Amino acid sequence: MSRRAAELTALALTLLLAWIVLYPILIVATDAADASALRAFVSRPGEWAALWASIWISLASVALAAAIGIPLAFLFEWFEFPGRKTLGSLVALPVVLPPLVGVIAFLFLYGESGFIARAVQALLGLERAPWRLQGPGAILLVHAYSMYVYFYLFTRAGLARLDVSMLEAAQALGAGRRATLRRVVLPLVRPALVGAAILTFMTALGSFSAPYIFGGGFRVMTTQIVATKLNGDLPLAMVETLALALVAIVGLVLLRRTEGDAILVALGKGTAPRPRPIRRRGIRLAAAAAGWGLAVVLLLPHLTLGLVSLVPYGAWTTEIIPPVLNFENYRRLFSEAERLRPLLNSVWMAAVSTAAAVILALLAGWLIVRRRVAVRRAIEGLLALPWALPGTVFAIALATTFSVNAPARLRLVLVGTAVILPLAYLVRALPLAGRGLLAAYRQMDPALEEAAASLGAGRWRTVTRVTLPQLKPGLAAGASLAFVAALGDIVASIVLYTYETRPIAIEILSSLRLSETGVAAAFGVVLMVVSALVLGVGARR
Amino acid sequence: MTGFLAVQAITKQWAHTVTVGPISLDIARGEIVALLGPSGSGKTTMLRLLAGFETADSGRIVVDGEDVTAAPPARRRFGMVFQHYALFPHLDVGENVGFGLTGSRERGAAAAKVAEALALVDLAGFERRKVHELSGGQQQRVALARALAPEPRVLLLDEPLSNLDPALRERTRRELRQLIQRVAITTVFVTHEQEEAFDLGDRVAVLNAGRLEQAGVADELYEHPASLFVASFVGRANVFHGAAARALGGRDGQLVVARPERLRFAASGLAGVVRERRYTGPAAFYLVESGDGARFEVMAEPGAARVGDPVHVTASSLLTFPDGAP
Repeated sequence: MSRRAAELTALALTLLLAWIVLYPILIVATDAADASALRAFVSRPGEWAALWASIWISLASVALAAAIGIPLAFLFEWFEFPGRKTLGSLVALPVVLPPLVGVIAFLFLYGESGFIARAVQALLGLERAPWRLQGPGAILLVHAYSMYVYFYLFTRAGLARLDVSMLEAAQALGAGRRATLRRVVLPLVRPALVGAAILTFMTALGSFSAPYIFGGGFRVMTTQIVATKLNGDLPLAMVETLALALVAIVGLVLLRRTEGDAILVALGKGTAPRPRPIRRRGIRLAAAAAGWGLAVVLLLPHLTLGLVSLVPYGAWTTEIIPPVLNFENYRRLFSEAERLRPLLNSVWMAAVSTAAAVILALLAGWLIVRRRVAVRRAIEGLLALPWALPGTVFAIALATTFSVNAPARLRLVLVGTAVILPLAYLVRALPLAGRGLLAAYRQMDPALEEAAASLGAGRWRTVTRVTLPQLKPGLAAGASLAFVAALGDIVASIVLYTYETRPIAIEILSSLRLSETGVAAAFGVVLMVVSALVLGVGARR
Repeated sequence: MTGFLAVQAITKQWAHTVTVGPISLDIARGEIVALLGPSGSGKTTMLRLLAGFETADSGRIVVDGEDVTAAPPARRRFGMVFQHYALFPHLDVGENVGFGLTGSRERGAAAAKVAEALALVDLAGFERRKVHELSGGQQQRVALARALAPEPRVLLLDEPLSNLDPALRERTRRELRQLIQRVAITTVFVTHEQEEAFDLGDRVAVLNAGRLEQAGVADELYEHPASLFVASFVGRANVFHGAAARALGGRDGQLVVARPERLRFAASGLAGVVRERRYTGPAAFYLVESGDGARFEVMAEPGAARVGDPVHVTASSLLTFPDGAP
């Protein structure tokens, strides 16, 4: 392709991305400039409370996740004890729970009529459930459980990149263990820690399932926006969306500032420190016991979900352990057309959006890394933008932009059609696919493609035999993350679904509303298993 | 007369400031030509222009009477060995070597070709090995086999020995030379090491700042350098200005270049003091400081002088250039 053709393609790609990513946000910003809506937002205490709740819940989630994830990472990376390897991968298990599935698992486990509450009630002979799983505490519990994994994985990766000779150098220069940790280890893993903090903050800020199910009267911005939208107060919803977007951007900028110099880490090229055996027998056993205990706690939600999915409708009333278990729920799920439909909907919409995101990311990677087109920064920025803003923001933005028929202003009526949800998933998938592919493209030696060309391979053969196999790990990782995110999505779905295109998450919510907990759990198990399989395939090299 | 591979006034502009060319070079069939120069001299650009990875702004590249200036790399039938080999990590050795063998050829014939190419580089039976299991030297030979398997018209090598450790380098150089001569293929390779260029190349083209300074056989470059750059880049060279140049026999307005082995201690000539002595076995290098503060090297018998000795130096042969610099 000639230089000119590449530049033109890049320009077309930029415009396409801007149309689906940036334009809807700009429309929200324009629509939010509504005097009465602004006045309503500023004057209502409920709005400020929700905004403040979003901020402090997100910060508290970061603190909790760090407090759990960082020590665990050090434990598993630096110390040898029985079961280290097995436990080390079990600890990352919450990752395979899509947000809504994790939330309902917690509901079945720790909720008013969950296993733990029933057990405590029976044990103490109480008349009513001993607690209600509601409000900010419940939200933070779920967040801590699902988000410490970011800190755990990032910190472990950071520690694994450390050069043992740097630690030895510090010790040879007279630094004790604590001084080495404070003056060498922490500065070197800081980029990893900040990365985890940013990811946790953004996830918590955009979190919808936990506040939606457990919030009760306690509102955060995401649930507030959806409630306002459902009430039909669109101008106010625009203002709220803009406010949430601004919080996300300010938070991102502030956190980025603490990131420090990522080059520091790249400097080390040696081997990472080997895990040290814990010498004292007592401590070693305690570590192992604590590790296995933790694994049980982490696995409980998954097990609960599995168990509840086997309880037929109406069979479980006051017993601690359900009396009847069978596969009735699964049978209904796969044999009743109306139950199967959400599953098929989710699968095809996730597949289409992921495929589209991968194709766009492949094109973008090639234009940015290989052709170094003039608009490469714009393309990269547009690909990353959906990551920087909570999903609710995009859901509202797309709902607003594509519910008006004005082709001259590039606005079409897509809301209510089968196109809008895949489009929303695509927007959310762009950063995941884009990041994976760009990294893979940058790591790939350009000489490989040149070598293929000099051996007589045409463009098609070079791409299929050399480029794609080289990009495969990055492509698989990005695509599997995007697919799993779309499959379990609730944030965009709840704003944009129609009855015909309703995805799994919406069906889980309506099952819960009808007290069909078994069916909801069965959906949850299917979602969990498919997610785990897809992520497993994506992570394989 | 034009050679088998003719580079005709080729130019390539990078950004606004850096330009390579115009360069013209004729290469005979079966000849091995080294492109020698410091980093940034344009030698790698030149090689990539030949391979077709860059397109020239002007000029022509003709091989065997066919103009390939605008031909894409895949159509040139030039074999290339990359600096870091660029072996495909997801393919095994046999699949790498067989990559360029496509088209009408039958499967069995292709396998035979692969075996033949691997035998040529002394790696017979390595077909099913993984690329990352090989040593650096073996990887280099696989890369060579891969480039030669499709029977290219020209072989291009980008710093072929730079990734090998020094002990291996000399042996590999010898083997490489024998191999190229056995295949009798027209070869162009890039290097920044003079010894490599002299040892491996039938002819050496010295590049500097995007220009071809001189192309010729090794002796010619060493004994009759066309420019001050070639004189000082090829081999060791002492450069003398002004009074020191005149003391060695230069004329006014000339600067004088003398190689260490062409200088000797004598009763008269350029006066100086020995500051350092470096012993290399067969001879010793003496660092001499002359009256005006200039320092230069003299190669002589190990016992010819001691540090601190006042000496006089004369030259057995000189290279002279107009003195442009102050």
